[in-house]
Amino acid sequence: MNELDAILAPYQGRQRDALLPVLWDVQTAYGYISADAVHAISHTLRVPESDIYGVIGFYSLFHDEPVGETVIRVCTDLSCGLAGADDVLHELLVEIGIGHGETSSDGRYTIGHTTCLGLCEHAPAALVSRRGVGEHSVASATSQRLLNGTERYGAVVGGDALNLLQDLDQPLQDYAALRQALFDLTQEQVIAEVEQSGLIGRGGAAFPTGMKWKFTHAVDKWPKYVVCNADESEPGTFKDRVLMEHRPHLILEGMALCGYAIGASKGYLFVRGEYPLATSEHLVEAIAEAEAAGLLGDNIMGSDFSFRVEIRRGAGAYICGEETALFEAIEGKRGFPRIKPPYPTTHGLFQQPTVVNNVETLSAVVGIVEHGAAWFKQWGTEKSAGTKLISISGHVGRPGVYEINPGMTLRELIEDHCGGFVGELQAVLMGGAAGTFLTPDEIDVRLTFEDLRAAGSTLGSGAIMVFNTSVDMRDVLGRLGKFFQHESCGKCFPCQLGTQRQMEILVREPLAGDRERLVDIGLTMTEASLCGLGQTAASAVLSAIQRWPELF
Amino acid sequence: MTKTVTLTIDGDSITVPEGTTILEAARQLDKDVPVICYHDATTANGLCRVCVVDVNNGRVLQPACVAACTDKATVETRNERVERSRRTILEMLNSAVDLAEAPEIQDLMDDYSVDRERFPDAKRREHDLKDDNPFYVRDYSQCVLCWRCVQVCAEDAQYTFALTLDGRGFETHVSTAFDIALTDSPCVFCGQCIGVCPTGALKPKVEFGIQQGWSMEDIQRSTRRPRRKNITIED
Repeated sequence: MNELDAILAPYQGRQRDALLPVLWDVQTAYGYISADAVHAISHTLRVPESDIYGVIGFYSLFHDEPVGETVIRVCTDLSCGLAGADDVLHELLVEIGIGHGETSSDGRYTIGHTTCLGLCEHAPAALVSRRGVGEHSVASATSQRLLNGTERYGAVVGGDALNLLQDLDQPLQDYAALRQALFDLTQEQVIAEVEQSGLIGRGGAAFPTGMKWKFTHAVDKWPKYVVCNADESEPGTFKDRVLMEHRPHLILEGMALCGYAIGASKGYLFVRGEYPLATSEHLVEAIAEAEAAGLLGDNIMGSDFSFRVEIRRGAGAYICGEETALFEAIEGKRGFPRIKPPYPTTHGLFQQPTVVNNVETLSAVVGIVEHGAAWFKQWGTEKSAGTKLISISGHVGRPGVYEINPGMTLRELIEDHCGGFVGELQAVLMGGAAGTFLTPDEIDVRLTFEDLRAAGSTLGSGAIMVFNTSVDMRDVLGRLGKFFQHESCGKCFPCQLGTQRQMEILVREPLAGDRERLVDIGLTMTEASLCGLGQTAASAVLSAIQRWPELF
Repeated sequence: MTKTVTLTIDGDSITVPEGTTILEAARQLDKDVPVICYHDATTANGLCRVCVVDVNNGRVLQPACVAACTDKATVETRNERVERSRRTILEMLNSAVDLAEAPEIQDLMDDYSVDRERFPDAKRREHDLKDDNPFYVRDYSQCVLCWRCVQVCAEDAQYTFALTLDGRGFETHVSTAFDIALTDSPCVFCGQCIGVCPTGALKPKVEFGIQQGWSMEDIQRSTRRPRRKNITIED
């Protein structure tokens, strides 16, 4: 049996949904996915070659032609850009003697930039892929560190309400909340507790979690699925990565609780491809430990509830954080968002009833079931119940993940917990690239979903990026424009064309009429795009036009 | 009995079976809702968004081709919001794609007072003409990405799967696997893709030859099967 046959052997009899895993295996072995490999995969999974080629072409981390033995991708998005990523990338290219995106003549290196890697607190960051080995992340990247090896990075955490962020790196304990649910609570009781807690989704859309579970539970159609959305890709957001790296069991227990509540026996944990440490080490090990301890698998803790979790690794596509695009990726397709309705609660993964929740949301459920809704509501406000994780980066003394009691102000968070402002504050970007800017006179806003909404801003996924007066806001806007241009999936015209035109206007010298052009593009993307990506791709730009009209 | 819903479209009331799209209902009332990607014979995907309409003054506009009518809804098929989205989409499309052979889109641009120079120095989607078989030429510089050709090649009709979408975002384009010639692909030259192309990106070779002003002899030569090149004919 040749090497390719050996790679494909475990996939015999599998179907299209195994496509992303096969492509990862082939690429890890060969560095890229050749036409011969596509031919063989086509026969194994019974998927047309053209479709496989289209899938490879959709995801940034897949290659369909040979690349260097080592591929280095330096993040040049906002926080890494502030920390000198452009210089690191430039030095690296000079040192190897190649241009951007090129492969060195000895075949050792391919070097280019990438969109946000979710290591904003360790900016600048890079992702290094080595043929035959796989990927690893490099924090605080310099050209020397990128060429010479790796050091592990640690978690920078803080806040005034440590709950999810306590007990980091603790070895496997009993899944006490799951045990309680299995033996003392009905499915309806679990759902009721989650509903009463007031927990709303932590991924950015802020949908009530209990309601989602209740709707899915009520559908008389089987099987049902639990999907954990760990495709954390919003620039400036890295809280889920910290949970996956340091509290993986919390996430698995949350998924199992959801499975019990809605009647699902299978869960998928879809992790972005840019998180190799979380994926290949922490989560894989945690699943093995939990299965060995009888906390996941068949007849958990001797009950009649069985639940397994399968990790699926993304391959570089921000859009796959959109829930229906994520389903498409698991199903082995290009990550195009679907038209809604129908919604995932009735037609989700494989067109079956599905609950899809963010990593932080599922983690929060564990405490709610174990200690009760009232315990959860000791933090926050009526409409922003429970603790909230904030990813903060840019010009603050101590960038990191902070777990807060919602209600404190943005100023209090930064001055009392994050080491204060570095330099003189110019702007804060709330909610990531899809969020909105605040000016220095707006930072006494309370950090709750409702206060920020009332202020015309958003808490979103809890990303906060801070810019001092040394920053050229046109440069910031240009990077945002490039991000969305790179990440638009290309399905609907407003976003496919609008992200390109928006980016072009933001990176060139301003022309008369640009403000009107940006407003027309922005409102068209916001009102006419198919999914949440396009609908928010102009949000930061439109907020900047309101606050700094002189920039346009 | 089928459940029905009653709504108003531009002030006119209509009752339709549940599940009817807004586009279908609007057409029954002879309302003009423009479309680019929509085709009666292919799966509607809500891509071009030129058919967006305002439903109940909602946060976002709704694509009439896929959005179902809802009871008591108030639909406006052409107000200020709708016009801005349609006009801007057309301006951006015109700045990216060669629409010279898309008369319906040209008419639409006139109707919506499109500024054809709205985006100076904008990057265009330019591709080399693909002339790799005796039947069709493919000029993806004229492709608006309506997906119809890919769909009829796949589950909407032919189940041949010669075509796919490659790339992402603005760089998305229709391609064969690894961009091989159609003659090396599973293509059976059924011609259905040509039939559904709205812009002249796909066209029969004869039509292309006539447009180029080729002589009949040249056209005939170009449509010969390529393998004859390798046959030596004694004359």
